[in-house]
Amino acid sequence: MRSAVLVAVMALVTMLLRFLPFFVFRKNVPPYIRYLGDVLPAAIIGMLVVYCLKDITPAVSPFGLPELAAAACTVGVHVWKRNSLLSILSGTAVYMLLIQLVF
Amino acid sequence: MNKTVVRQAFIKSVPVMAGYIVLGIGFGILLRGAGYGVGWAFAMGAFIYAGSMQFVGVGLLTGGASVLTTIFTTIMVNARHLFYSISMIGRYRDAGRYKPYMIFALTDETYSLLCDGSAPTEGDPHLYRFLVSLFNHCYWVTGCVLGSLLGAVIPFSTAGIEFSMTALFITSFAEQWLKTRDRLPALTGLLGTLLCLLLFGPERFLIPAMLLITLILTLVRRREENA
Repeated sequence: MRSAVLVAVMALVTMLLRFLPFFVFRKNVPPYIRYLGDVLPAAIIGMLVVYCLKDITPAVSPFGLPELAAAACTVGVHVWKRNSLLSILSGTAVYMLLIQLVF
Repeated sequence: MNKTVVRQAFIKSVPVMAGYIVLGIGFGILLRGAGYGVGWAFAMGAFIYAGSMQFVGVGLLTGGASVLTTIFTTIMVNARHLFYSISMIGRYRDAGRYKPYMIFALTDETYSLLCDGSAPTEGDPHLYRFLVSLFNHCYWVTGCVLGSLLGAVIPFSTAGIEFSMTALFITSFAEQWLKTRDRLPALTGLLGTLLCLLLFGPERFLIPAMLLITLILTLVRRREENA
């Protein structure tokens, strides 16, 4: 029951965030908001990368090495092949192998 | 004519298909590991329909989070959707009956497919965007359900599967970096957040980071206008 409430809350808040701008800026979008709409998506992706890596501990073993190696692999494969799925799969596979077999 | 639109929408959605099914499977496996079965995987995939929020949501469910914490976490993780919606206001304006669903289904990936504004020259562009959104939604729910079902029978350890979400964002970041000239927004997001992480710690850096990013990008705009 409690879990169902939480899932409903997540669904409703997400929906609200997606619909809100369409209600608020029904007629005209102010230039400043349009500018934010242009530049923020790129910045937010950068923020999410850091968010995903927030729990690594550079000073304590394994020093974030599995994450860094897997991230480097993801970037490397992406620059090489420009195929998003391949980059995600190889990065994830490297991470799983590292934490299960090495660290 | 509609047939052409359906086909072109499908072709457009193919790159997301594989990604969504794989990521959805990752989510389904994680959710099953946390003790929530296939019905939950379906409901979360169909109704929340936001990949990173669903991964974070597994932690909220198992951690016994309060409703208030859930509200704030959802706002923080999904605030970027405000900006996706803002940049689609013009494009979705005349979408009519398709519009509510298209807004509901505006995920990172759907946004990345539709934000360049491309649409087939023939046929209804709104039907086309509606179908791209719908196809992506179907892939995602399929992945979530598959992962939940597979999670019970998969013969190897899935520890570390959660890195698929990190890899997704790293890939989006890299793709963006390679595609555009103006790297300032991406750098602001990355470095501004890193700074806030160091200053405020891993528990409460997200809101300061969002404020700092918005502030820096606002100042940059002022400077460019005055220049």
